[in-house]
Amino acid sequence: MTAPIKKLKVATTSLAGCFGCHMSFLDIDERLLDLVQLVEFDRSPLTDIKTCGPCDIGIIEGGLCNAENVHVLREFRANCTILIAMGACSVNGGLPAQRNHLSLPVILEEVYHAQHGLVDGFIPNDPELPLPLDKVHPIHEVVKVDYFIPGCPPSGDAIWKVLTDLLAGRQPELGHGLIHYD
Amino acid sequence: MSKANPPSFTLDGKTIPFGEGQTIIQAAMDAGVYIPHLCFNPEFKPHGSCKLCTVKADGRQTASCTQQAKDGMVVESDIKEINDERRALLQMLFVEGNHFCPSCEKSGNCQLQATAYELDMMSPHFDHFFPDRPLDASHPDYLLDFNRCILCSLCVRASRDVDGKNVFALSGRGIKSHLIVNAKSGHLADTDFSGDDKAAHVCPVGVILKKRVGFATPIGQRSFDEQPISATPHPVVKGA
Repeated sequence: MTAPIKKLKVATTSLAGCFGCHMSFLDIDERLLDLVQLVEFDRSPLTDIKTCGPCDIGIIEGGLCNAENVHVLREFRANCTILIAMGACSVNGGLPAQRNHLSLPVILEEVYHAQHGLVDGFIPNDPELPLPLDKVHPIHEVVKVDYFIPGCPPSGDAIWKVLTDLLAGRQPELGHGLIHYD
Repeated sequence: MSKANPPSFTLDGKTIPFGEGQTIIQAAMDAGVYIPHLCFNPEFKPHGSCKLCTVKADGRQTASCTQQAKDGMVVESDIKEINDERRALLQMLFVEGNHFCPSCEKSGNCQLQATAYELDMMSPHFDHFFPDRPLDASHPDYLLDFNRCILCSLCVRASRDVDGKNVFALSGRGIKSHLIVNAKSGHLADTDFSGDDKAAHVCPVGVILKKRVGFATPIGQRSFDEQPISATPHPVVKGA
């Protein structure tokens, strides 16, 4: 009788992202069944576990737009042997970073207070709300990132290629057709 | 030594013949061999500024768009040392501007993006500048999105040398270099720029864009989605 294969632990999260990359991750379709033979999920929207324990692979969707994003990212970096940036927002800030040429007070004022049609608008100030960062940052500007999967979103095939390369002990490579920034 | 054979050099071990006055990249292109480049366009005088086309010629690094080919020269291009430096140059270009590919009409037809794919640029590596570069949408038919400008000067050369109009220029020095429009207002609408100009069709990235034709070809079906830029030594960019 052979010993059961020790499954690798994988955690995933979405920071300043739209969950599109996680949807694309689900686009590996029935290959998910192959994947769960090899990995077990820790913190992830798929498990609803709220904190990240020690993991082999952490996958980050989204960049950093507020203090909580930075906290979660650091938790992942501290617990994951390999950290992967998944998708344009985590790789270069993506759509949320398009606010970076505007000052934060101007944005908050416009969105919550001054915009036409708002009645009694005010800028939210509940202590439970994480403070927004002055600029949106890609995650490699805050922690060391081991691998990147660009794309908005990266295709299920691109995500599958990187994961299977890693699980097989290979250096992940995408190549033409799988590497996309759009 | 026989005079019967045309002069030639080797490029990564392959013999490349060349004609009188040809540069390394011109001869390589004629032989169908790709050397990464951005500011070089075979229709224009070389500018030698982007340095993507840097090769090692007889052991010394040089821009292959300005270095004349010499008989017997040994040129190395597709090697780790050079490709690593090219990738770093690309990463610097990406973080200096705002290159948000998912919303760019040029995505898939963009030489910067395609060259980054070619050189396996998986991340921008450096910290982003996130500069503030307002658009110029003043012209009725064309839009200028300066966020994507890589200062290749192809529009400057095309407008000056082909169109005879001098609509564009590079201004400032060093990190403050930027593309300007030669009008008192600084706006494209106040020039004689037109869609028939050569300058309207040479931008390798997504700065000079025709209005009202956006996304006629869906993302995923564009030139460099179909084949890598290395397979098209003279990039013919759809919709440019």
